[in-house]
Amino acid sequence: MSTHHTKEPILEIRSLSKHFGGVKAVDDVSLTVNRGDVVGIIGPNGSGKTTLINCITGFLKPTKGTVSFHGKEITGKKPHKIADMGINRTFQIMRPYYSMPAYKNLVIPLSSPRAKRVGGWRGGGKHGDRDTVAVDILEELGFERDSRVPYKMAGTLPTGYLKRLELGRCLALRPELIICDEVFSGLSASEISSLVPLIEKLNGQGITMIMIEHRLAELFRVANRVMALSYGEKVTEGAPDEVINHPKVREAYLGSEEDF
Amino acid sequence: MTTETTHKRRERIDRGIKVRSESLYALNSFEEIAYLLTPRVMLIAAFVLMPLILSPWPYWGRVGLSVCILAMLSISFDFLANYVGLVSLGGAFFYGVGGYMAAVLNTELGLPPILSIPVATLLGAAFCTLALLPCLPLRGIYFAIVTLMYPLLMTRIIEAFDILGGTEGFRGIDGFSGFFTEQYGLILAMFIALFGLRRFVNMDGGLVIRAVKDNDQSVRASGISVTWTKAKAVFLASLTGCFAGAYYIHMYSNVGISSFALDLSIMPIAATIIGGAGTLVGPVLGAAILVPLSEFLRDFGSLRIVVYALVLTGFVVFRSEGLMNYMTRKYQQVERWVKI
Ligand SMILES: Nc1ncnc2c1ncn2[C@@H]1O[C@H](COP(=O)(O)OP(=O)(O)OP(=O)(O)O)[C@@H](O)[C@H]1O
Ligand SMILES: [Mg+2]
Repeated sequence: MSTHHTKEPILEIRSLSKHFGGVKAVDDVSLTVNRGDVVGIIGPNGSGKTTLINCITGFLKPTKGTVSFHGKEITGKKPHKIADMGINRTFQIMRPYYSMPAYKNLVIPLSSPRAKRVGGWRGGGKHGDRDTVAVDILEELGFERDSRVPYKMAGTLPTGYLKRLELGRCLALRPELIICDEVFSGLSASEISSLVPLIEKLNGQGITMIMIEHRLAELFRVANRVMALSYGEKVTEGAPDEVINHPKVREAYLGSEEDF
Repeated sequence: MTTETTHKRRERIDRGIKVRSESLYALNSFEEIAYLLTPRVMLIAAFVLMPLILSPWPYWGRVGLSVCILAMLSISFDFLANYVGLVSLGGAFFYGVGGYMAAVLNTELGLPPILSIPVATLLGAAFCTLALLPCLPLRGIYFAIVTLMYPLLMTRIIEAFDILGGTEGFRGIDGFSGFFTEQYGLILAMFIALFGLRRFVNMDGGLVIRAVKDNDQSVRASGISVTWTKAKAVFLASLTGCFAGAYYIHMYSNVGISSFALDLSIMPIAATIIGGAGTLVGPVLGAAILVPLSEFLRDFGSLRIVVYALVLTGFVVFRSEGLMNYMTRKYQQVERWVKI
């Protein structure tokens, strides 16, 4: 759980809705994220979590409502503009560059305008440098530097590494806010417990986080606030233990109580 | 004393050279350097010697240059299709725009070829890139079909409004000062395009372009504009295509609507398939096979196209990976004896 808490809002979502034809995937959701927060978003399958993220990051245009970052409205901006501002996301269905080695996957974000501007990566722009920085980031994410893993084609890597590669793309951009769409799912318990300290460490470095998770036990170790969605609507928001004891949340998650 | 016989085993030469990944090399001896350089040196030597060998036969000299022209259009196609993921049928568009641009610069403004060709290449590429900008979000067959329309549209516009010389085109365009100037100017440009692009695709900027082909959503999520990246790639491809067109019209001193002919969009695809897609060198080999072949087949009259089709089909069926990929594989299997 985050210790320093300044209550300075960095992301404000106001009455956001996204409708696909008749389907109200997200319906009138509001949420404020403060600097240094780790906000969890939970909800059953199809409750609109990914759609909400897509609306924040510009991959979808909301039907109604606004999103502001540092008080500036970013609703409907292009995804690369929003990423350039420091809101960086992972994809639930991982999207690596399969035809490239793992470390080259990170050379792409390291070549972005944002990385060039705020990166402060040692040495700056030269070819060899980005390769080294990429391997540095991978090492931080648990790719063993001296093994062949960072040099393996992304297409041959198991899920655990691909999830980390998603995080790596965010880190290469020196993010202010990372939005993780189910980074824990598909990982073994031991893999998750090795990722949890990493999340805590990143948060300790001052990176704000939004984490969509189905793995509630692990989520509650890192999150200081949780929002629950159901059928696109916000059910409740608050401290993890409040949310989990909320009758509607228990109802939505009925049958999976052993998770708590 | 132990046995005097030295034990030897066969070893692939490339094994020691390639460590960890395709892009990292470790060279330990002259043998290994020679192993890496031989194919490149052979390619360069072939094109450097070509004008010397063909100088007694100017007609075949021109055929040699047609190889370079088709090679440049094919490199442009291969780059867009296999590195950027834009399958373009607009080779004739690049070529025609470059050609007309050079013709106007030469006949109307009086620029000599040494200026008209580079200026037409730059302006033409800028024009082509702007014209294709609205199509950049399209993919696959949709991009292909729309780019196919561009050269057709150009011919119709030129005919209908009777502009740019109408159906007649431009005549009396300045030629080159001599046989060897003409030959080596184009050969040099082809090598610049070939080795320049091959180098570029392995640099970080080129990597971003390849990333767009692999996964454009991730590129967006990395804070990089996909449209801008594609536009840069299209500009590079149009530079290559426009140069070919501009050079060609100075060789033959005239330009007409045939500069937008469908062949110029289709032949690069054939050359790329034969030579090996995604290699940039393959298209040069493909062009070096297709152009002379089509010359030899002139005597066959209407059977020409049949033989041509058979050769193409043969390649697609028996060597669908393309010559270059086949030869690379074989070359990498070359072995040497090492003591153990
Ligand atoms: N592009 C789309 N077109 C139409 N409907 C969509 C689209 N994307 C999502 N939906 C619908 O919106 C609803 C919310 O989907 P979403 O993917 O946001 O859920 P989720 O909470 O992320 O689920 P999960 O836990 O399975 O990832 C679902 O009913 C889904 O079918
Ligand atoms: Mg989801």
